[in-house]
Amino acid sequence: MIGRRVSYEFMSRVAVPLLSGAKGWRRRLLSRKGGRRTGPFGPPLECARKLKELTARHYLAGRYADGAVPVAWVTSGFPVEALRSLRFHTVYPENHGAICSVKRLVPELSEAVEREGYSRDLCGYARADLGSLAAGKTPVGRLPRPDLLCCCTNICQTVLYWYRALADRFRVPLVVVDTPFVYGDALPHHVAYVVDQLRELAEVAGRIAGRPVDSAGLVESMRLAREGTRLWDECLRTSLARPSPWTGFDSFFHLAPIVAMRGTGECNAYYRMLLDELKDRVARGVGGIENERVRLLWDNLPIWFHLRDLSTLLAREGFNVVCTTYASAWAEAGRRIDPADPEGSAARAYLHVFLNRDLPHRLSLMKRLCEEYGATGAILHSDRSCKPYSIGQIDLKDRLVEAGVRSLVLEADHADPRAWSAEQADNRLRAFMERFP
Amino acid sequence: MSGAAAIGIDAGSTTFKAVAIDGGGRVLARFLEPSDPRIGEQAVRALDALSTKTGKTALPVGATGYGRKRLGAAREITEITCHARGAFFGTGQPGVLVDIGGQDTKVIRLGERGEVLDFAMNDKCAAGTGRFLEVILERLRVPLEEVAAYMERAAGSVPVTSTCTVFAESEVVSLVARGEPVEGIVKGLHMALALRVSSLVGTVPAGVRFLMSGGVALNPGMVAALSQTLPGPLAVAPDPQFTGALGAALSVLA
Ligand code: SF4
Repeated sequence: MIGRRVSYEFMSRVAVPLLSGAKGWRRRLLSRKGGRRTGPFGPPLECARKLKELTARHYLAGRYADGAVPVAWVTSGFPVEALRSLRFHTVYPENHGAICSVKRLVPELSEAVEREGYSRDLCGYARADLGSLAAGKTPVGRLPRPDLLCCCTNICQTVLYWYRALADRFRVPLVVVDTPFVYGDALPHHVAYVVDQLRELAEVAGRIAGRPVDSAGLVESMRLAREGTRLWDECLRTSLARPSPWTGFDSFFHLAPIVAMRGTGECNAYYRMLLDELKDRVARGVGGIENERVRLLWDNLPIWFHLRDLSTLLAREGFNVVCTTYASAWAEAGRRIDPADPEGSAARAYLHVFLNRDLPHRLSLMKRLCEEYGATGAILHSDRSCKPYSIGQIDLKDRLVEAGVRSLVLEADHADPRAWSAEQADNRLRAFMERFP
Repeated sequence: MSGAAAIGIDAGSTTFKAVAIDGGGRVLARFLEPSDPRIGEQAVRALDALSTKTGKTALPVGATGYGRKRLGAAREITEITCHARGAFFGTGQPGVLVDIGGQDTKVIRLGERGEVLDFAMNDKCAAGTGRFLEVILERLRVPLEEVAAYMERAAGSVPVTSTCTVFAESEVVSLVARGEPVEGIVKGLHMALALRVSSLVGTVPAGVRFLMSGGVALNPGMVAALSQTLPGPLAVAPDPQFTGALGAALSVLA
């Protein structure tokens, strides 16, 4: 146990920085000869390397986590602050699913559970996760076995069934935080209902960690979560500049810390660094793409497995995605967190997560983003996997068109290339771009 | 013949169309063949045929259609933009353009200046495309050129409820087995397709005019069925099979 704990601490703090530091040094040496990458994009963000390090360290430490520290598998929208104060190692299966999607592993993993009877219509993240367990395959080496499963229904109902399947497999406790759908603003009894569940969570998690949640630690992780949200928001707001110093597609990658490391000092340190770099690019007029001509809004998750081709297609014609509802969602909810009222404010923050709110709210966010960021067009990715995000998009599109924003609904999937036709999507996107003078 | 100024190619999934136009957009010569998988050779044939008819070579070429990227033309433009340009050139009126193609169906909303305001496409499955009609008519052994005569002879329309090509095929088989008249089934099929296409249109303001382009517009049965199901008056674009090619040619006109 102590040996494992030492390995875990070593891996999470020391090993990867050393390893990736060496790799980075090699790359810098090489790039001196090769020079900068050209093409329709601006110079790559320096922070991309740091992000890789951070992710690699997280997954490497994970390999040594079970047996060393308590491990929880959690959904992206779960109120993790109590777990942070108990020093849980958290695994985000959705983040793991995104890695599998980028590496185009989802069809293979999915087939492993489709054979067990799971439908192809389920969310690709759920299929990637359950499939990775069934096939015993993962691109991150190994995921630590959970001691606790934590699922919050503020993103979708799929996670409920998905985590029940995990609980059945691992035979460990499952904590569900159920969040009623919010029309307008959450009502006091919604908040009270969620507060009750947060107390239960603290109890169960404390039992597994072998000590009670200490309130100073909780307040600190809430403070960090709020600060992280603010920093992320500031990073996004650098895209108000013309040209935008990065692309919305970049932001999908740099989103990982606010989702999976929210409430930690590491997360915030990362965003301070990213913010510095973005501000520096703005000051020097460096853009995410070479010739930013048209600014766009993106709605819904990215098409992970096709991101590079898609961004290249757009960038070649001078189209830059400068704002996204997906990345903005993570800059929104955390603002409600107030360390002075840990329970009530956490309940309100996690109830008001973007996917748990009504269409008028989504429409007003989209309109506001278009206005603020000067986006004259919008691409609404209708994601076969993610029903809650995709429902209502035809109406949202019509409302945007009425507001003078040229809009396109693009049918695809965030994880599974089998639900995707590159040729058809290419055709639609080109027709969409031809509509801009 | 003189005055040819540009060439437009529409390399579609079913047919390959090309036109030569003069500086005012008037069509001087046409070329039409079923699509050849050796698309490069077909393009050379088309250019030769057009230059024989117009006496001109080395004209700028605009290309559209699914095969456009393999042609190396001066400009590649999507069918959406080309159909919109070609159709608006012929009528000069805003409205909604319906193009039923072999593999996809497009509904395009045109603004006052012919600009594309919005478009919807059915391209995920064969339901609602020209392919749907082709498959089922083949099953019924009704040649395309006799469709109009069949429709005219039909006493009534036999309802076909499926628009999924696979389901409709078996539905039609059972209708035939039940002794329903082929004429009525043909009519019912056109209605089913027209309803499917009309559902793509969505809600449009009252008084909107509809225009049809593409090869299926030459099928009077389809025009009649769509006239019944669309929420406004329908006209057929002049020379509807060549609308896309005309739009492509107009795009490279200096
Ligand atoms: S359905 Fe959507 S919200 Fe739910 S896990 Fe999948 S991607 Fe996330």
